[in-house]
Amino acid sequence: MRKILVGIKRVVDHAVRIHVAADGSGVNLDGVKMSINPFDEIALEEGLRIRERSEADEVIVASIGSSDCHQQLRTALALGADRAVHIDLPDPEPLNVARALLWLVRREDPLLVLLGKQSIDGDNAQTGPMLAGLWGRPQACNASQIIISGDSATVSREVDAGIETLEIDLPGVVSADLRLNSPRFVRLPEMIKARRKPIETVSSAALEIDATPQFRLIRTSPAPQRSPGERVSNTAELYAKLCERGLL
Amino acid sequence: MARVLVIAQHDQHSLDPATARCVRCALAISPEVDVAFAGLADAGAVTQAAALQGVSAVLHIADERFEHPVAALLAPPLAAQAAAYTHVLAAGDTFGKDLLPRMAALCNVGQLSEISAVLEPYRFERFVYAGNAVQTLEVDEDKLLMATVRLTAFDPVDTRPAHDTPAAVHRIPAPESLPTHTRFVRLEQSHEESRDLRTAKRIVAGGRGFGDAEGFRLAHRLAEALDAALGASRAAVDSGFASNDMQVGQTGKVVAPELYVAAGISGAIQHLTGIRDAGTVVAINNDPDASIFAAADIGLVGDLFEVLPELIKLIESKQ
Repeated sequence: MRKILVGIKRVVDHAVRIHVAADGSGVNLDGVKMSINPFDEIALEEGLRIRERSEADEVIVASIGSSDCHQQLRTALALGADRAVHIDLPDPEPLNVARALLWLVRREDPLLVLLGKQSIDGDNAQTGPMLAGLWGRPQACNASQIIISGDSATVSREVDAGIETLEIDLPGVVSADLRLNSPRFVRLPEMIKARRKPIETVSSAALEIDATPQFRLIRTSPAPQRSPGERVSNTAELYAKLCERGLL
Repeated sequence: MARVLVIAQHDQHSLDPATARCVRCALAISPEVDVAFAGLADAGAVTQAAALQGVSAVLHIADERFEHPVAALLAPPLAAQAAAYTHVLAAGDTFGKDLLPRMAALCNVGQLSEISAVLEPYRFERFVYAGNAVQTLEVDEDKLLMATVRLTAFDPVDTRPAHDTPAAVHRIPAPESLPTHTRFVRLEQSHEESRDLRTAKRIVAGGRGFGDAEGFRLAHRLAEALDAALGASRAAVDSGFASNDMQVGQTGKVVAPELYVAAGISGAIQHLTGIRDAGTVVAINNDPDASIFAAADIGLVGDLFEVLPELIKLIESKQ
C-alpha cells in the first residue's frame, strides 16, 4: 500500500490579530479562532490530489500536540484524509515533532511525508528537514510542484535565487510552499460525518523520546512596530521629502 | 570560551553577502569565529570568506559533488565539523533554513530560527507570529547551539584591507560516501530585479492596486527610474502580476532597503513583517485607511496611475 503521511499543526488562524499577554508569558490564546496551519493545509491538499490521481492509496494525517488538535484532525478527515493520528506531546519543540513523526514513519512506512514549509505561529521552518535528517532520507523544502514517477519524485522548490528542481528517491519528505496548490473548502455534510470518525491517540510514553526542552522561553514581548510618519498631499511634495532625506 | 562556526553560502565564484552578516552575529557571541565552506576545490569564493574581518579560519570541504547547494549532501560533512564548536550559525534564508535543521538532526540537537539579537552567548531574541511578538530564549550551555540568523538584523562585516593577512584556509576531505538519493536537476534563476531583493538599497513594491499585469508595468518603470529592485505583495503575486520570488513578507523575503516604496499595497501584517528593518517607507495608496500608512514614514493618498508617472518624470528630469 502506497501511503502518504501529512503532518498538520493547530495554530492561531491567519486572520486573527494576536495579543501578547502583558506579563510576558506568551500570546493570549483564550477564545481565539484556531485553524490548520495554512501551509499544512496545502500539504494535505497535495496528498489528497496525489491519492485522487491514484499515485497513492491512503492519506494519513497526524498532529503532534495536546488533544485540542482533534478539532483540526477532524477538519482534515472532512477534507478527505483516510485516517487521523494524534500524538499526545503538548508544546513540543520542532526536534521532538520530527522525532514523533519519525516514530510514525517507522510504523506506517509511507512513500511520502508532506508537511507545510513553516507554521505561522513559531515561524520555525524546521520540522521537514529535521525529519528527513533523522530518517536519513531526501528532503525537498518549499515545494511549488511535485511530480511522482514510480519510486522517485521531481520537485520544484522556491529558493531565493529562483526555482530549483530536485529529483529525489522515495520515500522522502517534501514541505509545501504557498503556491503548490489552492486547498479545497470543507463541506458541512463531510464535517458532520467526520465527527463520528475515529482519531487514534498515541501517548508520548510510547515514543520513548526525551522531550526535555532545550530552549527556555524567558518572555514574549510585543514586537516594536513602525510608527506612522507624515502625510504629503501631492507628488511634488513626496519628491521634495525624498530629496530632503537624501534618498534621491 | 564559545567557538562559533558559520556556514558559508556561495555560488562557488562569489560569497553571498549573507555570510558576512552571519559573521557579524557570530562575533556578538564570541571572538572565535571560523567559517565552514563546502564547495568545489577551485571555488574562488573561499578567498572571499578568508578575507572577512573577524574570521579566524576557513574550513574548506572540497568535493565535486558540492557543485550545487543540496542540503542532503552538504549536511553530513558540515555536521561532522560541528562537534568542535559551541555554536553553529547559518543564514535565515532558503539556503540556511534547508540545511541547518538537517544538520541539527544529524547532531541530535534542536535549532533556533532567525535569531534577531544576541543578548548573551546563550540568550537570544527572535520574532514569532509574523513579526508581531518577540521571544527572549535561553539555551542549555552544555548543548551545541544551532541557529539561523535574521539577516536584516545584522550588518555585514567588512573585508580586510588588502595588506592584511587573510584567515588560514584548511582543506578538509569530504567523506567518501555521501547520499545519492537527492539529485540536483536545474536552477531557473529569476530575473535580475527580483534576485537582489534581500540586499537591495532601494525597492519598489507593488500590490493589487495596479489592477492587472499591464498596470504593474508602471511599478517596474518606477523601479527602473529609481534603480531599485522590484518587489510585490502576496496579493500581487497571487493575482499573477509578479513572480513568486518577488514576494516580500512573512512567507516571502525579509528586506531592509534604505528606501521602500509600497505602491498599491494595503499593508497586511504578513507584509509589514518583511519590511520591519527598512529605512524610509513610502506608501502610495488611494485608500486613506489602508494599514500600510500606519507603517509608512511618508504617505501619499492618491491614484497610482497619476502619482507614479509624475514621480518618474520628476526623478528623470533630475538625472
